[in-house]
Amino acid sequence: MSLQRNECVYAVCTLLRFDDDTIMPEKLKCSLCDKEATVHLTQIIQNKIHKVDLCEACAQNKGVTDPEGFALADLLQTANFNVVPETTSGAGTCCPECGYETADFQRTGRLGCAACYTTFEAQLGSVLEDMHTGLRHVGKVPSMALQRQSSVVTLRQLEKALAKAITEEAYEEAATLRDQIHTLQTDKPGQQEITTLYD
Amino acid sequence: MIEALLQSSAAELTQNRKKAVPVVLSTRIRLARNLSTAPFPGRATSAQRSDVLAKCKSMIGQLKEMKGGYFFDSKALSDLEKQTLVERHLISRELCEGTPGSGVYIRKDQSCSVMINEEDHLRIQILKSGFSLKSAWRQVDAFDTNLEQILDVAFSPEHGYLTACPTNLGTGLRASVMMHLPGLAISGQMERVVRAVNQLGIAVRGLFGEGSDATGHIFQISNQQTLGESEDEILSRLGNVLKTIIDHEFNARYKYLEENRSQLFDQIGRAYGLLQSVHIITSNEAMNLLSLVRLAVDFGLLPETSRGLVDRLFIECQPGHVQLAARQDIAPEQRDIVRASNLRAEFSSLDPLSFDNIVNSS
Ligand SMILES: [Zn+2]
Ligand SMILES: [Zn+2]
Repeated sequence: MSLQRNECVYAVCTLLRFDDDTIMPEKLKCSLCDKEATVHLTQIIQNKIHKVDLCEACAQNKGVTDPEGFALADLLQTANFNVVPETTSGAGTCCPECGYETADFQRTGRLGCAACYTTFEAQLGSVLEDMHTGLRHVGKVPSMALQRQSSVVTLRQLEKALAKAITEEAYEEAATLRDQIHTLQTDKPGQQEITTLYD
Repeated sequence: MIEALLQSSAAELTQNRKKAVPVVLSTRIRLARNLSTAPFPGRATSAQRSDVLAKCKSMIGQLKEMKGGYFFDSKALSDLEKQTLVERHLISRELCEGTPGSGVYIRKDQSCSVMINEEDHLRIQILKSGFSLKSAWRQVDAFDTNLEQILDVAFSPEHGYLTACPTNLGTGLRASVMMHLPGLAISGQMERVVRAVNQLGIAVRGLFGEGSDATGHIFQISNQQTLGESEDEILSRLGNVLKTIIDHEFNARYKYLEENRSQLFDQIGRAYGLLQSVHIITSNEAMNLLSLVRLAVDFGLLPETSRGLVDRLFIECQPGHVQLAARQDIAPEQRDIVRASNLRAEFSSLDPLSFDNIVNSS
């Protein structure tokens, strides 16, 4: 996956509803059903203009009117406007964690679990490119949670090694491992007093 | 169930008389977060959803920020109560329609809400009156950091915070500023503004999602991209766009005043008069009239303190609020009568418009 910031890609989103005093050359039909469209969306991806016109009901259905939930790219996906490529090398991929399949992703535009991001990495590349400013996260990192997770992993590895050392009667090694486990357990991150900004 | 919340005398959006400023009504920032231990809500089994709800509810309840706050399980709320919380921007429509096993934690002063098992396990939102991207970010960041100390969040170094929908990936941050833009709307410039800011990856929509003819001249302006830029970059880019829009709005207002003084005064005067004497009014019409009264405050025709009143009425004239306050099931036509009577009562004690006080330029 490219690490470059993708400057040339704009996911441009226009949401316009024309009212009576706006000159509207022709009445457009809803892209999903045949009713008159009142919500008009435009997305420009790599200089290609994607246009979607929706009637009030379909706009509501697709969550266009929900300010919190709505993103055009998302709509384009769920409305089957082929933002998620139909034919990719990853067709038929299935997430080992949650059982989500490529078809599920294409149908819903959503992923099933955290592991899906690894499972569907191939399909995700172009999707993310169209949606975002870059392909790599450059913001906040949950350092405390990561530290805690990695220390749990280390702990498990140490415990495994300890069990092995004991069965192999390597007592000196076992003692070292016990010490390491003890240090890790007494020095748990993430147990600090919770601080607050509101005082 | 939500009476205590509605009657609270210290709610951020409805009781904030001091902080109400021209043009910008409110600032919201939300973060999308997921636990690393369960599938996203859309994929989780109902048992997993209940687990996540129970776990998050107890963790969030432990945070000092939520002391004395309200927790509502979605299934315990009536449709009307949900509608009312949507009108207060405390929950999303998606949560209302959601499958069981979802809920919301709301901070006592209603400036913070955390939705559990909406599209993501957690949607943490800070909502501030006025234009305050920085302070909203500081608060939501601190809240998130506190939660992260007790919850394992789904995160990858490459993709950042992992979210159910790839549109929220990375920072999981959506900042949304509610703007009152009568100048641009009345002078027919909104469409141009919408197109221009869209080029910058910023979305514009009406209060409840409509387009350029938004009710009450209220528009929500928010970032679209969440991956590839830091939170600070996202917010400063959005902030710059917003500042430009504020400038354009003021220019449009003064230009309109210069060129259409009598029309403007007439519109404001009629709005004010109507609100004092209507007997039947829809929420749409009420919003549009209130918009002109807010504009009158900004122009100096009414005391600054009236701005907070208008902001409260913007919310209280919504259908859910009117219905809930009526304390009985009333038909929409009846609702329009109740709304009108509420507005008359509020406007009976308002100062008269003093057109001589007009502020002629910014
Ligand atoms: Zn339709
Ligand atoms: Zn998965």
